[in-house]
This record gives sequence, C-alpha cells and structure tokens, in this order.
Amino acid sequence: MGQTIIEKILSSHSGQEARAGDIVVAELDYVMGQDGTAPLAIRAFADLGGKDVFDRERVAFVIDHSAPSPNEGVSALHKLMREFSREKGFKLYDIGEGVCHQLLPESGEVGPGSLVIGADSHTCTYGALNAFSTGVGSTDLAGGLISGKMWFKVPGTIKFVCNGVLPPGVYSKDLILYLIGRVTADGATYMAVEFTGEAIGALSQEARFTISNMAIEMGAKAGLMEADDKTFAWLRRFTSRKFTPVTADPDAVYTRVLECDAAKLEPQVARPHRVDNVVPVSGAAGKPVQQAVIGTCTNGRLEDLRIAAGILGGRKIHRDVRLIVAPSSRRVFLDAMAEGIIQTLVEAGAVMVTPGCGPCVGTHNGVPSDGETVISTANRNFKGRMGNSNAEIYLASPATVAASAVTGKITDPREFI
Amino acid sequence: MYFKGKAHKFGDDVNTDYIISGKYKFKTLDMKELAKHVMEDLEPGFYQKVAVGDFIVAGSNFGCGSSREQAPLAIKYADVGAVLARSFARIFYRNAINTGLPVVECDTAQIEAGDELSIDLEAGVINNRSKGTLIPVKPLPAVMIKILKDGGLAPHFRKHGGFNFD
Repeated sequence: MGQTIIEKILSSHSGQEARAGDIVVAELDYVMGQDGTAPLAIRAFADLGGKDVFDRERVAFVIDHSAPSPNEGVSALHKLMREFSREKGFKLYDIGEGVCHQLLPESGEVGPGSLVIGADSHTCTYGALNAFSTGVGSTDLAGGLISGKMWFKVPGTIKFVCNGVLPPGVYSKDLILYLIGRVTADGATYMAVEFTGEAIGALSQEARFTISNMAIEMGAKAGLMEADDKTFAWLRRFTSRKFTPVTADPDAVYTRVLECDAAKLEPQVARPHRVDNVVPVSGAAGKPVQQAVIGTCTNGRLEDLRIAAGILGGRKIHRDVRLIVAPSSRRVFLDAMAEGIIQTLVEAGAVMVTPGCGPCVGTHNGVPSDGETVISTANRNFKGRMGNSNAEIYLASPATVAASAVTGKITDPREFI
Repeated sequence: MYFKGKAHKFGDDVNTDYIISGKYKFKTLDMKELAKHVMEDLEPGFYQKVAVGDFIVAGSNFGCGSSREQAPLAIKYADVGAVLARSFARIFYRNAINTGLPVVECDTAQIEAGDELSIDLEAGVINNRSKGTLIPVKPLPAVMIKILKDGGLAPHFRKHGGFNFD
C-alpha cells in the first residue's frame, strides 16, 4: 500500500513506517517562533528544564507581528526574545526583516522533504515547497527547541485535484478561498491536504505559497504540494542545498478526493466574519470600503505587489479609502523598489508600512474604526481580528483589493485588466 | 479527574481571536490580566459571569485559527474547569493538554446553557444533572493521557528528560 506525502515525510523523520493514525516522535529540521508566541515559549523552556537549544543553526525567532513595538508591554517581550536568542546563540530576525513565513523560505533552510514546526498557525505555508510544516503552541515549541523532536499523530490526507487553468484576473487566492468555502472552516480538521492538478502546476511558486498558507483555514495540519522545476528554480535563488522531492505514491490512500474546475472560477471574496463565508466577487460588489490592505504572509510577495501596481499604475485610490501596503520581507521591499512598484503604489496613494504582518493581527498599523469596512489580502476576517470588533473585514486577492481601493467599493478586478 | 459546574454555551468555530484578542495578547505574559478579556468579543462580561469550575460548552472546531497558547491559558486562568466541544481544532487541543486545561470531546447538543454538569474523566462520562442524562466522552489518544498523567508537557520533560511514550 502506497503512502501520501505526509506519511513519507513522517516516516523518514521518525525511522518507522508512518501510516495515518499512528503516533510517531519525529526529528525536526527547523523550529521557529514569533513575537506573539515566543515569549510564552521562553517561559515554557525554563519550565521544561531547558538549558540549550538542540541546534543553533536550526532555530530562529522572528519579530514580525507587532513590529516596531507600539507600546512598552510589547517592547518588554521583544527585549526578552532578543536577550534569549543572544544568550542561546541562535538567529533572531528583528523588526523590518519581514514576516516569518517569507523569511524561512528565503533563508534556504526549508525545502522539499523538510519537517518544520513554527509557533504560528500559518507555518503550513511551506507545504508549497513540498515540506511538512505545521503550527504549534508555545509549549510544543519549547519542547522542539530543547529536543529537536515532536510527537505527531499521522494524519489522513484529503487530495484536491484542481483541473484547468485559472482565467485572467483570477488568482491563487481566489482558488483557495473557493476551496475553503466548499469544505468549510473545519472541513480538514486533523487532516493533511495535498493540492494537485493542472491549475497548481500552472501557478508560479509565489502564488502557490498563498494556497498552502490558508490550509489551516480549513483546519488542516498541512497543505502540501509536490515539487517541480518552478520549486527548485525558486529555491536556487536562496540556497545551493540539495533537497530530495517527496511524491505521493500512485496507490496512496486518501480520506477524500475532491475535484474542481479552476478554469471556470471567478474572483472570490470571503465575507465577515468567517473565512469560509465565500462568494464570487459579484456577491459582494458595491459594498463601500474605507480601508484596503495588501500584504501579510498570504499575499505580501513581489508578485502580489506587482499585480496591485498593475491596477494602481496611473490611477489614484478613492478619496474615502486608506490603502496600507506591507511587503512580506525586506528583500521583497527592495525588489519592488528596484522594479518601480513602490513608486507606483505610493503615487497612487498607498501608505507603506514595515515589512512584517502589518495590520492583520490588530496590534498596530491601521486599526479600523467602528462601523468601518476593510478589504484585505490577509487570511482571517474574524470579528475583532484587526483590533476592532465593530469593524468588518472582507478577504480577497491583491487584484480585487487594489481595484476596490480605486473605486471605494468592492470591485471585480477584471474591470481593470 | 472529577469536575462539577454550570454550562456556558457557545456555537461552532469559536476561534482563538475570540477566546483572547490579539490586541491584548501581544502585550503581556500576565495570564490573570488576559483572563479578564476571555471570550469578550462573543460574550461581553463573560469573565464576570463565569464561576470557578464552570464549563465552556461549544459546537464543532473549538479553538480554530491562530496557534496562540494564550487561548487555553486565558480560559484556565478565568477558572473555567474544562472545555466541552463536539470537536476541537488540533493546535488548540494540543496546547490545552500541554498546559493542563481539560478538553472534552462529546455530543454537546445534549447540553443547554445553565445546565449543571459533573464530569468524571476517568470513567469517560458526563452527568447532565439538570436533564438527568449521561453523555459519553470520546477518549484521548494514549500519548495525551501519558502527558496529562505526568501533569502536562513540562513535568513530562522534567521527569523523563524529553519525550518518553514507551
């Protein structure tokens, strides 16, 4: 009987044949914490009796969620992280370097076949690099920092077969929103998912990250893809390390197989206050927005900024809209500058904020007012997510957000292409 | 482990932002302070309403969303005895076990707000004393029982010097 991708990665990292339902203790290739979770992990590290991290080269902290610090409480926790990483001798990415889920792939430390834990639920992003990466809490993170290991229940896998190719104006964000709407927010709880099919193969590597990033929004433990030439070309920009791709066996056993026709897809929007409350953009079009956000670990990459600039070039945002842009890393910011994208965005009226999580988690950089509506490229639209429970958040692709910023209301981006 | 208290009902897909908002959790490691804001976006004043040992009773996918361990900790420090749900999101579930917050998977449709419950985790049964019904509990994986018996992941590590599931 064949194995799925996650069964193979957990087999190679645990030294036993891992099958769905088994419990294994697996070796970790990389362990990451961010400023919302690392401070508690530092406390747990002491509580677990930790002295040193298992391998200084395979551990990192990232200050991205609330960076630069907006108040003294956050400052104290950032200081704690800086002191701990210095004392233990491992890497800390400080303010302005970017979002953890952009920095780890850019570090070259994660690739096909890797097993990574991160104390952030969107750690599943690196599934687009054919890695099993998953989000954990602070105590599991502390256990991983000390031992380089974690226990896992081997999950069953749902396979999505995405046939056809996305039409112009429809992006990977629209595809993943559509799939989440179809299976719902707990449709893949306790499961891994594999994204396959012509539509996935046709996407750029950057666009694929957006899909794996949101696997958690259907409850999944991992959002895996197979590696291809595009994956290896992307990795070669950052590392000369050799990775061995992991493919699913033809006779692998899946819990469920779901097909979709990507060629027929329209731009999608997730309405308040649920990520699975998804409709084609026509179902929300015309709704006035006061704030638009482009960035986050979902859609803050160079390609996303380029798509937004394609719509905003030579135009101005609507007078009643604030447009906030947070590149996902310093490298993305510099590349976008070199390409003239930042010039275009700022001339259109965008406000650039620090590479990092931006206003997504409600700590700074644009907390909406009561009764306001935000359209964002982020991955969550929970009530209060952006710091005000009396505001509404719609989720969409960078193109839809850019088009909506121009018109002042939710708009189908195909009108601009 | 034996618990007794009153049910406070919530719906499906209660995410960790609702349990404790990001606007509070980045600022402090004082869990007693965070506990004052627990569930406030869903039910303002919940912290005041909950008595020591009371239960949060929810539908499916409780604790979905962010990996913040402040979520089970804020519930625990609000003196909630246990969380009962039809199902839990996996990161929250692990975090709860690791930090010693009892989480109970069961058919919560049989429980209404205000019902008086007693739970015997060893026996795997909930007694809904207001309705006079018994509700079975879905057992935990063996690994989690081992961690819970050691008192959480920290005591487990201190006792064994790392993971030990043999």
